[in-house]
Amino acid sequence: MTAASLRAPAHLVDPRAKAYWTVRSLAGWLVIAAVQIIVWVAVKHPDAVHPILFAVTVAVALAHVSVMPQWRYRVHRWEATDTAVYTQSGWFNQERRIAPVARIQTVDTQRGPFEQVFGLANVTVTTASAAGPLKIHGLRRAAADALVEDLTVRTQAAGGDAT
Amino acid sequence: MTVPAQALDAAVRQDGNWKRLSPRMLLVHPVIELGKALPAIVGAFLAGHGSGNDSSGSRWSLGIAGVVMAFAMLRWVTTRYRITPAQVQLRHGLVRRQTRAAPLDRVRTVDVTAHLLHRTLGLARVSIGIGTSDRKGRQALVLDGLGAERAAALRSELLHRPADAAQPKQPTQPVAPAEVELARLDPAWLRFAPFTLTGAVTGLALLGIGWRIVGEGHVNVGHLGPYRAVADRLEEWPLAVDILAVFVAVAVFVAVASTVGYVLSFTGFRLTRHDGGTLHVTRGLLTSRATSIERRRLRGVELSEPLLLRTAGGARCLAVATGLRVGRGAERGGEILLPPAPKAEAVKVGAAVLGTDAPLTVPLVAHPLAARRRRIARALAGAIVLGAAFDAAVLLAGWDSALLSVPGAFVSVAVALGYDRYCSLGHAFVRGYVVTRFGSVVRRRTAVAADGVIGWNLRSTFFQRRLGLTTLVATTAAGRQKYSVADLADADAVRFADMCVPGLLEPFLT
Repeated sequence: MTAASLRAPAHLVDPRAKAYWTVRSLAGWLVIAAVQIIVWVAVKHPDAVHPILFAVTVAVALAHVSVMPQWRYRVHRWEATDTAVYTQSGWFNQERRIAPVARIQTVDTQRGPFEQVFGLANVTVTTASAAGPLKIHGLRRAAADALVEDLTVRTQAAGGDAT
Repeated sequence: MTVPAQALDAAVRQDGNWKRLSPRMLLVHPVIELGKALPAIVGAFLAGHGSGNDSSGSRWSLGIAGVVMAFAMLRWVTTRYRITPAQVQLRHGLVRRQTRAAPLDRVRTVDVTAHLLHRTLGLARVSIGIGTSDRKGRQALVLDGLGAERAAALRSELLHRPADAAQPKQPTQPVAPAEVELARLDPAWLRFAPFTLTGAVTGLALLGIGWRIVGEGHVNVGHLGPYRAVADRLEEWPLAVDILAVFVAVAVFVAVASTVGYVLSFTGFRLTRHDGGTLHVTRGLLTSRATSIERRRLRGVELSEPLLLRTAGGARCLAVATGLRVGRGAERGGEILLPPAPKAEAVKVGAAVLGTDAPLTVPLVAHPLAARRRRIARALAGAIVLGAAFDAAVLLAGWDSALLSVPGAFVSVAVALGYDRYCSLGHAFVRGYVVTRFGSVVRRRTAVAADGVIGWNLRSTFFQRRLGLTTLVATTAAGRQKYSVADLADADAVRFADMCVPGLLEPFLT
């Protein structure tokens, strides 16, 4: 009852995650910018609204792309002990999630196209609650596989129907 | 439960072949499907009628009706089910054949419903809920259309299986366990019905159906007699009287419709508990429903007080259980354990279900004052956006500039709402139950057993971190899947989580 604050999880994610987040958000912004340019060109009588909107988009995109990955990298952390999995994620809005190993139902890895380029993978740990999947983004592939292996073994040892 | 479960067991398990649903469903399906297609049929009829060619309208609508009925009958032909020692299996579909299976040892709820048509033909619909029913795309397995007796027998057979699935049944197993009545509908509760606002939903649904008929039939509303009369009357009166008249008309309609809805849903309501601790809920006037919740699936209880019901001193009581359908109509968030009734009654029923009244009656720990600031600021932000949009609309449409001051009312409502939302916030941990209260428009007090909590999420937005607040979310496999304790002081959130589920947070504490 004396302790009243949680420390951050022990492990940082792979530093390449910063590059991955940058590229991914850049791709999103490029799509938006491209749509704006197409509309701008296609409209017969362009007025001042189009360049202003485009400039705003570029400014917001630059701010997002330069700030978000650094910030995220400092927030995203994870830890798995014998009894629990603990993750911290987000940047502007942050969330810490803790789930007991005994209640884990599935452990999956996923690699999206951008993640594959950077040799990364993410791990999703689900429990019986639809509200509580724990996601660890930006792990090196080998580290993700090792974590999955590790958690699978521990979960089987724990047993139970996990609800 | 008139057929002994034992007899059914033997009959079903020896004959593991696929069976059809009751042939009486051949009468039910077409009628229901015709009802669903009614707007299209009426639309086609009116369209043909309106185009000047009288016979084409009726021909089209007859054609549609014929196709709909044929498909409805095909549904019976293509649907089969069987019960094996391990599973309930359902096979249906003509072009795309699907087989769905529910493992018997994962059956968590068995609901028997019968609407009016079912009841006149002595049929019932059995809906078998397995653990994953609330995940996307995997809903309960529904056997629509068994004979009523067979449905009841199947239900008791599925529910009163021994807890250990591998163990063979004991011949001494009680067939019809004794039951204790926990609650029964009191006609005096009907006074709460107008405050439930369920009538508003009915009104919107009727409006939607009317809109579809009008739209598909290309009816010119302006030419309809009653509509004309009302519109003329409203044009004669000054604006203020119009607003008042419409408001009163809507209020009366909603009150009447809500009352009718209450009578339809809750006539014959009974909550009973059987020997094994299984809760049974039966209710409904035209459509009768019987739902069972196994003891081991029950994780807690929720008291829900929508704003209007709260001003009238009423409350509802819901079960928080795993495997119950979430987010649908009257069962939103869990099966109803008590319809809108006096709050004291709801607390009594909740206490009887939990076995202790402490979680529902103890005074809750209030949240820090920063939480109040945040609640009010959030409500105000919404009101300001809404008000700005309203004023912009007024200016653009060139309406009376007196309307520009209306957003002032939004702001005062927002402050009141934010304040009340803060007053609702509270949490406690008593007798092994995590208790949290939240919300103003619908205030909910939820008690969830701590051993049903399967994880904690601690969320903080940028603004919450500046105020030193954290929203603690208990995740669970039951009910709404997550129950939030909003805006706690950071240290209190950790302390509370640690107190409720000792040990889980321990390795991560500093």
